Amino acid sequence: MRFTPHAAAVVAGLCPLSAYADGLEINVQFLRQQTEAIATLSNLDPRPEDLAIRGAELATVDNATTGKFLKHTYSLTLHYVPVGGDVLAEAKAALALSDLLVTDVDAATLLQIADLPEAAGALILNATAEDTALRDADCRANVLHTAPSMAMRTDALMQFFLFKRWPRLAMIEGTYPEDKAFAAALNRSAEKFGLEIGATKTWAFDADMRRNAAAEVPLFTQDLRDHDVLLVADEADDFGRYLPYNTWLPRPVAGTEGITPQVWAPVVEQWGAAQLHSRFEDLAHRNMAPEDYGAWAALRSIGEAVTRTGKTDAASLRTYMLSEDFELGGFKGSPQTFRDWNGQMRQPIPLVTTRAVVMQAPLPGFLHQTNELDTLGVDAPESTCTAFKE
Amino acid sequence: MRVSTLALLAAITAQPVLADEIWVTNEKDDTVSVIDIDTMEVTHTYETGERPRGITFSHDYKYVYICASDSDAVQVMDPATGKILHDLPSGEDPEQFVLHPDNKHLYIANEDDAITTVVDVESRTVVAQIDVGIEPEGMAVSPDGKIAITTSETTNMAHWINTETQELFANTLVDSRPRHAEFVKDGAEMWVSSEIGGSISVFDTATQTEKAKIRFELPNIHPDRIQPVGFELGEGDKFAYVALGPSNHIAVLNAETYEVEDYILVGRRVWHMAFNADKSRLFTTNGISGDVTVVDVAKRKALKTIKVGRFPWGAAFRPTN
Repeated sequence: MRFTPHAAAVVAGLCPLSAYADGLEINVQFLRQQTEAIATLSNLDPRPEDLAIRGAELATVDNATTGKFLKHTYSLTLHYVPVGGDVLAEAKAALALSDLLVTDVDAATLLQIADLPEAAGALILNATAEDTALRDADCRANVLHTAPSMAMRTDALMQFFLFKRWPRLAMIEGTYPEDKAFAAALNRSAEKFGLEIGATKTWAFDADMRRNAAAEVPLFTQDLRDHDVLLVADEADDFGRYLPYNTWLPRPVAGTEGITPQVWAPVVEQWGAAQLHSRFEDLAHRNMAPEDYGAWAALRSIGEAVTRTGKTDAASLRTYMLSEDFELGGFKGSPQTFRDWNGQMRQPIPLVTTRAVVMQAPLPGFLHQTNELDTLGVDAPESTCTAFKE
Repeated sequence: MRVSTLALLAAITAQPVLADEIWVTNEKDDTVSVIDIDTMEVTHTYETGERPRGITFSHDYKYVYICASDSDAVQVMDPATGKILHDLPSGEDPEQFVLHPDNKHLYIANEDDAITTVVDVESRTVVAQIDVGIEPEGMAVSPDGKIAITTSETTNMAHWINTETQELFANTLVDSRPRHAEFVKDGAEMWVSSEIGGSISVFDTATQTEKAKIRFELPNIHPDRIQPVGFELGEGDKFAYVALGPSNHIAVLNAETYEVEDYILVGRRVWHMAFNADKSRLFTTNGISGDVTVVDVAKRKALKTIKVGRFPWGAAFRPTN
């Protein structure tokens, strides 16, 4: 809703800050590798085709709005690799255009890209890969992460169980590698917080649960020892939706179903989050997903670093992002900064249902000597990442 | 119906002296609560448009302007009756505004549109729309009326508007998520609070350069929770009172030395505030606890908590004599 036609003309009369560099152009490459979707029982929640990309676009618009007051111009070049395409060739093409690269690729591909000779002086921001190893043994000095590690997400859940005094855990895990990885992360987090996941079962039904859940799930869960909460590791989003209210014992479900730890969700509305949602919905005509948030945070981090330093080269931006001066307002109530020992963005993890935020981690009482956000994920003392030690 | 309303009005106007009032917008109830300053009780609750936030009175106190954010309107209410008289064109999602000393031009931050809209309240028309940064919120106008300020939450700037040309003449960076702006010391300084940055930036108005940055520190409260949002200057601009959001405290800041002298515990997620006539009492809106804390300014102590609606946000003073 605009009332006057001359508003756009005002831009021409702007006085930029003289202390900051004029006339900068920032071109960021965005690399997206399409992956094969896993067939699931239900088609209720189709995966949007433009996940992550829309988040990157919104952040570029955000950056450009700030940039126009400083005569900084932002652009985004999209590199889209279909299933089976040559992602490394596309990465090289992207790095030939600029040394600022945001990725939506899997962990193995990310490491291959980071190790390319072309990437040696580049700054890569990982928007979506959550593999904890990328922040630990497999860390790379030229890769920062705006996606949370899986450990950050599962740590958030364990803090919640301790806070609620729900220490007795049981688990059902799926059979896909992603399910196993999430289950392993849950086990590691449980151990970190002194909890133990008791009985664990593998989901092995090939029947159509849309018809059978009420009959089958009670039987399947009957022999789990008594527990306070039932964990589900179903990253593929295949069977988890049929567990709540069908279990033998009346217990809350958490993990990939029920109460889920997410970097971002439509139900996050405090701290101005509603504004980010509404700007995103205007642009993409759908809800903002975790992948979109990771991409948004990556592009905004670049924008914030350029705004504050007046520089555009990868080395200067990386140094600033890893410094104490950097902070990103990420609509979750805490300044979001990067861990200087492994390049991971510190950020709160909301624990959500489809209807509301239950709580947001770090939870009250989980203290840390420097930053409470470091109670989530791999902390400096236990980190095996050495690439960030200059 | 008409007869009884008239009778009621007659009864009210027959009262010899009315106490001054604090008006509070309740963001999640779509109402304003009117607090009697003497009795410290809510005397009226009036319905507004959706998601009321910014609230301010005309300089003659004949009208109260309310940002009904989700109704995309600034509503004009008769403070004597609580009746909405009309809506002003405001642009989308008006969050905060400031009334120019001419009592005629309202500068409105349109949070969703990255625009500041200037409205003539008499002709009820839009005079100008000015492109600013993303999520504009804090609004201020200099005492001489020459400069208006918009702060933008995601762009992290204070935008300086020449009110004669309605154009920007400077843009100054501040810390993350600026929320509120005020001209201080007869306009010699311009202050901006930054919620996520945890600071107040003090600018020299003449040169638009930063001359100081004020930070806050509370024992046993994590720095991330100390988030300065609304603030007001006390008598003679000697002290500033700064709402620190989820730390549930108000800071008492010496405006000369920029040192924090005291912290006062109030309700949960304190947002904004308003003084009574002689600035001896401060009324803070506490968003999460849904109440207003009354602070004794001299003693720097909370006196009373007054329950209002859900998520109280803005506050404004109305003298009734």
